[in-house]
Amino acid sequence: MDALTGLWEYISSNQELVIEQTIAHLRITVTAVGLATISAVLLAVLVYRFSLPRSIALSAAAIVLTVPSLALFAIFIPIVGTGNTPAILALFLYGQLPILRNTVTGLTGVSPAVVESAKGMGMNPFQLLLRIRLPLAMPLILAGVRITTLLTVGIAAIAVLVGGDGLGYFIRLGIIQQGFPFADNAIYTGIIFTILLGLLLDGVLRVTQRIVTPRGIQA
Amino acid sequence: MSTERQDRSGGQPKIQLVGVGKVYPGTEAPAVEDLTLDVREGEILVLVGPSGCGKSTTLRLINRMIEPTSGRIVLDGEDVTDVNPNKLRRRIGYVIQQIGLFPHNTIAQNIGTVPKMLGWDKDKISKRSDELLETVGLDPEVFRDRYPKELSGGQAQRVGVARALSADPDIMLMDEPFGAIDPITRERLQNEFLRLQAELHKTIVFVTHDIDEAIKMGDRIAILGERSVIKQIDSPERILASPADDFVRDFIGSGSTIKGLNFQKVDALQPTDFPTLGPGESGDEGRQRIASSSHDWLILVDEEGKPQRWLRAEDLDGDSSAWQDRGQPVEHRIGPNDTLFQALEQMMQNQGGTACVVDEHGRFTGVVDIGHLTSAVSTAKSDAQEHQAAAAGGAA
Repeated sequence: MDALTGLWEYISSNQELVIEQTIAHLRITVTAVGLATISAVLLAVLVYRFSLPRSIALSAAAIVLTVPSLALFAIFIPIVGTGNTPAILALFLYGQLPILRNTVTGLTGVSPAVVESAKGMGMNPFQLLLRIRLPLAMPLILAGVRITTLLTVGIAAIAVLVGGDGLGYFIRLGIIQQGFPFADNAIYTGIIFTILLGLLLDGVLRVTQRIVTPRGIQA
Repeated sequence: MSTERQDRSGGQPKIQLVGVGKVYPGTEAPAVEDLTLDVREGEILVLVGPSGCGKSTTLRLINRMIEPTSGRIVLDGEDVTDVNPNKLRRRIGYVIQQIGLFPHNTIAQNIGTVPKMLGWDKDKISKRSDELLETVGLDPEVFRDRYPKELSGGQAQRVGVARALSADPDIMLMDEPFGAIDPITRERLQNEFLRLQAELHKTIVFVTHDIDEAIKMGDRIAILGERSVIKQIDSPERILASPADDFVRDFIGSGSTIKGLNFQKVDALQPTDFPTLGPGESGDEGRQRIASSSHDWLILVDEEGKPQRWLRAEDLDGDSSAWQDRGQPVEHRIGPNDTLFQALEQMMQNQGGTACVVDEHGRFTGVVDIGHLTSAVSTAKSDAQEHQAAAAGGAA
């Protein structure tokens, strides 16, 4: 009980800072996920029909995930300096795989009969993509965006190590102040608000997914 | 013979395939080899053959879903081998076995796909899709806003046909359209489709592997062997009466003569005269008529001449009112528009091996027996052979 009271006191006395850093965390996440969505969907559209480019793109996106996060954040500093920018770049790269993979699966997974009849009605490749494949892939694309979002919310805490903002601030503070009273409270504040932010974003995306999924293919 | 199935010759063919071939890259044997085929305006031409013979490929060459590697495709006298395939396809209705309705679009949107691409205005599109739903026997009020997953297989295939008809194409290509549907619904859809075609007079190329479906649906049937080589092309009745070779004979299978009986009507037969006895005539007159004929029976008719009972000489004793309990009642009658197949069925049911023939008013005209059928079959056969010889002579 004491620990909980202590945590609550810490949060309320740092209320403004918590809100500020949560908003900063949200901004980094949304920017990175937004850019990742645009690029991964475009990339998927470019490569889904050709097996070699498709496997190269998927492998590259997978390899990015194996690069240690701290290193990925750091390597952009010489190019773009410190701050939120290297963090957003790193998160943008991290976020590719789930969206890319799901979009490719969605675009290629359209029933051959549907494609055959669409072509048979005289749809060109562009119309086929826009009117048939993308709408049918939409639920899977959104599922990929949700995974990327959860991934990004968590990793975005590292931004603070390259001079950026976000809820990582409290975690780093807690690490620096180890041994002092309330150090753990700072860490827990960082964790709890990161999780809450993740749940909030996931909830928003779940609703979005329902809205953009055409009624005829809803479960 | 029915007039519906007469050749609609004269004028140029609606679709001409001229020496069309398809060789897939990396394979030596062509999938379709040097195919020359005319499809006449307003006919249903059925391509039928064993699986893997290239009949679907042939169909897909016509709307260039598959690009031919040689030969020309001509529609209405216009060479379309090199025109924009997407524009070509919008002029041709295409129905496939798996239907391929767009799951994310409503039924009305599915039907309106091609009109929308052609730039029709919204009102015209929705009017057209309602009209087509009615044409294929689905209530627009109920179905227009449904999604494909809410339809049964038979309903989905009706929508598939409606969608193919949406921009009123002259030509329809149908690839085993009723293949994945249960037998009862399939038969109903086949009948409805034939009725629809009688109004619409589309030029239809229809692919199936089922010879019975081919016989039922086709004005003409092309039996294809490997690489889509035409083994025989003719009306179903002539193919049944005179298969060109063993391949065709094997493919038609047993019972081709019996199936052929479906194409001949009773009015083409000359029923045998049969003694009758009308109301008010005496038993003696009846016995006399039996004695002077080559039959053991006569037919009791009513005042309108409708057949009532089969009676033997000994049944004619006593008062005419007692005859009603003797002999056999005439349970089945066949009319001029019944087929010889139906006649055969009645002969099998009747002890005497005969069927009682009436005219369109139900008046007795005579009886037919198996001898009539045998001679009809052999006439059909020699007609078919004559026709084939003439066709071969004409081609040479």
